Amino acid sequence: MEISGPSSLAVRTENVCRHYQMGEALVRAVDGISIDIRAGEFVALLGASGSGKSSLLNLVAGLDRPTSGTVIVHGNNLAALSREQLAKYRLHTVGMVFQSFNLIPSMSLLENVELPMRFAEIDRRERSGLARESLERVGLSGRLSHRPMELSGGEQQRASLARALINRPKLLLADEPTGNLDSRTGTEIMDLIRSFNRSLSMTVLMVTHEQVLAEKYAGRMLHLADGKLIEDVPGRAHNGDVSSRASESMASESMQLPSPRGEAS
Amino acid sequence: MKFYDVTDLAFRNLRESFFRNSLTTIGISVGVASLVAMLSLGIGLQQLASRRLEKSGLFDTVVATSRRDLCNFREQREEGPPPAESPALDEPARRKIEQIPGVVEAYPDIRFVTDVRFDGKPHLTMVAGVPFSAKNNNDAFEGVQGSFFSSEGAPEVILQKSFAEELLGITPKQGADNTNVADLAKALLGKELTMRYAERTTTPSSPPGQSAGGSAGQSAGESPGAAYSVVSHEQTLKIVGLTDLDPDSMRGAARARVFLPLALVQNLHIMPSSLRDTSASEAPGYTSLSVRVANPNQVPAVEDAIKKMGFGAFSLVDASRSMRQFFAVLDGFLAIFGSLALAVASIGIVNTLVMAILERRREIGIMKAIGASDADVRGLFFAEAGAMGLVGGAAGVTLGWAIGRLINFGTNIYLERQHFPPVQIWSVPPWLVLGAIAFSIAVSLLSGLYPAARAARLDPVQALRYE
Repeated sequence: MEISGPSSLAVRTENVCRHYQMGEALVRAVDGISIDIRAGEFVALLGASGSGKSSLLNLVAGLDRPTSGTVIVHGNNLAALSREQLAKYRLHTVGMVFQSFNLIPSMSLLENVELPMRFAEIDRRERSGLARESLERVGLSGRLSHRPMELSGGEQQRASLARALINRPKLLLADEPTGNLDSRTGTEIMDLIRSFNRSLSMTVLMVTHEQVLAEKYAGRMLHLADGKLIEDVPGRAHNGDVSSRASESMASESMQLPSPRGEAS
Repeated sequence: MKFYDVTDLAFRNLRESFFRNSLTTIGISVGVASLVAMLSLGIGLQQLASRRLEKSGLFDTVVATSRRDLCNFREQREEGPPPAESPALDEPARRKIEQIPGVVEAYPDIRFVTDVRFDGKPHLTMVAGVPFSAKNNNDAFEGVQGSFFSSEGAPEVILQKSFAEELLGITPKQGADNTNVADLAKALLGKELTMRYAERTTTPSSPPGQSAGGSAGQSAGESPGAAYSVVSHEQTLKIVGLTDLDPDSMRGAARARVFLPLALVQNLHIMPSSLRDTSASEAPGYTSLSVRVANPNQVPAVEDAIKKMGFGAFSLVDASRSMRQFFAVLDGFLAIFGSLALAVASIGIVNTLVMAILERRREIGIMKAIGASDADVRGLFFAEAGAMGLVGGAAGVTLGWAIGRLINFGTNIYLERQHFPPVQIWSVPPWLVLGAIAFSIAVSLLSGLYPAARAARLDPVQALRYE
C-alpha cells in the first residue's frame, strides 16, 4: 500500500542552503540539507540554538527563500513562486504555530481564527461558523470573545492551532509549540497536534529542542547542527502506519539518540 | 481581501491607537476646514457680487434704442438698416421685444429733469420712472426705508438719500458716511412734495388741468396747429420710501434722485426733456427701452434678436465675463492657501502610518505568516489612510462650514453697526462638500502610498522576530 512516488511526498528539500551576511561574516543558517518527508508523517526537527532548524522551517513555510537548492512542497517548487503565489501557498497549503503563539492581541479569539479566512476571501457569513467549529475542536468554545492576553498560554496555543488549521492545510509547521508552556500543558498541545496528524492525516513538521517530547510524539527525528543534517532517526511513535512510511534512510530504529546540546531558545 | 474586510480591519486598527489616529485625523480636518472656509467665503463673495451686479441690471439688461437717432450711437452703425428705415420704438415694438424668448420684461426708460417743491422751496433734479417689478429685482429697493410703491400707478415717490438730505437742508460731512437713513426717513416719510412737469397732449383741443394730483394746472405753451401741445402741471406725491443705494446706478452720468412708479409717469404723458423729441412730429415713441433678461447667459441672443428687429441694442455682458474670471482667480488663490494646511496634514498621515508600521511590525509578520499577501498588507495601510481622509474630510467640512458661518456672522455684526443691511458672504454648495471630502481622501491615499508600500515589503521572518 505504500507508494514512494512524488504524490505521497509532502516535502522535499534538495541541497537547500540559506546563507546571509551578518556584518563581515557569512552565516550559513541552512547549509545543504536534503530531506524527503512523506505525506502524513510526524517529523521533529531537533537541534541546538542556531543549528538552523527554525531557518529550515521558515524555508518550508515559504516565509523565506533559499540562497540555493530547492524546496518542493506537494509539487510546488517554492523558489519558483512569485511573492503573490507564495502568499497563497502560505494561506492554503501550510498552517503555522509558534512558540510565542503570535495571536493578534487586539483581536478576540474568534477574530484571530477568522483572519486567515479574510485573506482567503471566504464569505463573512460562513466565516464565523467555521471559526467557532475550529475553536470548539481545540476545546475553546467558551472563550470566543476573549482577547489572547486574557487567556493562559495553553489556551492561546490552542487558539493558534485552531487558526493554523482553519484553511485545511496539508502541512502543519510548528516552531517550538510547547516552548512557552509548562510540561502538562505542553503535553496537551502535543496530544492535540498528534490527533490532527492522525485524524486528518496531516503532515507535521515540528521544531523542538525537547528530546523527550520529540521521541514521544514524532515518528521521525531529524537532528541538525550548524545548518547540516547530522542524524535522521525514527521516534518512538513510529509504530502504526505513519512511521512505517518512514524513509529508508532510517537505518537503526533502536539506535541511541544523542541528547541535545545545551539550552535552546 | 474583500473590500469589506479591508475597511473593517482598517477601522479596527484606527480604533486601536485611537488617540494618535485622532490627532492625525484632527490635523486633516483642520486642513480641510481651512480649505472649505476659504472657498466658501470666495464662493459666497462671488455670489454676493453677481447677485448685486445682476440686480443692478448690469448683466441681465439689454438697452434697446431707436436707430432713428443714430447720430448719438455712432459706434453701432455697422449693422442693421439705415436709420431712416428703422422702425419706431413705440408701444407695439415694446410688446414685440417682450415676446423674445428669455425676456422677462421691457419697459421704457423715462427720465426727465424737473422742479420738485418741498416745504415751499424748489429743487431741480432728475426724475426717473421705476417699473413695479423693481420691488423684487433691484436690491436698492430691498433695503428701502419705509416701503416700495403701494401700487403700480400710485402717486408716491421714493427719494434717494442724498436728495432727502438736500430737502432737509443737511449737508453731509465730507468723508463721513454717518447720516442715518432711518433719521431722514422719520422726518420725511408720509410727507408730500409737489412735482412740476410739462404734459404733452396729442390733441390740441384737450382741456388742461386734469392732472391726477388735483393741483391747479396752468396752460403754458398751447400751440395751435401743432400735433401736440405742452401743458404745465403739478402733481402732489407722497414720500413713501428712502433708499440708501442708488437704484439707477447702471444708467451712468444722468443719475436720477427721485423715483416715481413707471405707470404713473406714463399716465402723466410727461414731455421728455431731450430736445429732439419735442421737434418730432410723429406719434410718440420711446427713446430707449430697458429689456430685462431672465438669465445673463441669454443676453447675447436677446441682443441679436433686438438688432434683427432693427433697433440698436447694447449690454454689458463682457463685464460679467471678466468678473467671473476675476473670481475664478480669487477662488484659485484661496484654494491654494486653504490647501497648505492640508499639505501639512498629509505629512502627519505619512508620519502616523510609518509609526504604525514600526509598532505593528510583528502583527504584519503574523499576517504574512498566516497567508496575507503583499497586496493585503498594502491595502490595509492604504485603507487606513483613506479612512482617516474620509473621517477627517467629513469633520473638516463641518468645521469649515462653522468657521465660514462665524466669519459671516461677525461680518454682519459689523455691517449692522455701520447701518448696512446684512449680507451672505459665505456659501457652501454641495459640490464643495463632496469635493472637499474627495480631495481629503485623495490626499490621504497619496500620503498612504509610501507607508503602505513599505509595510507590504516587510520581510516576514524579520518582522516575526521583532518584539
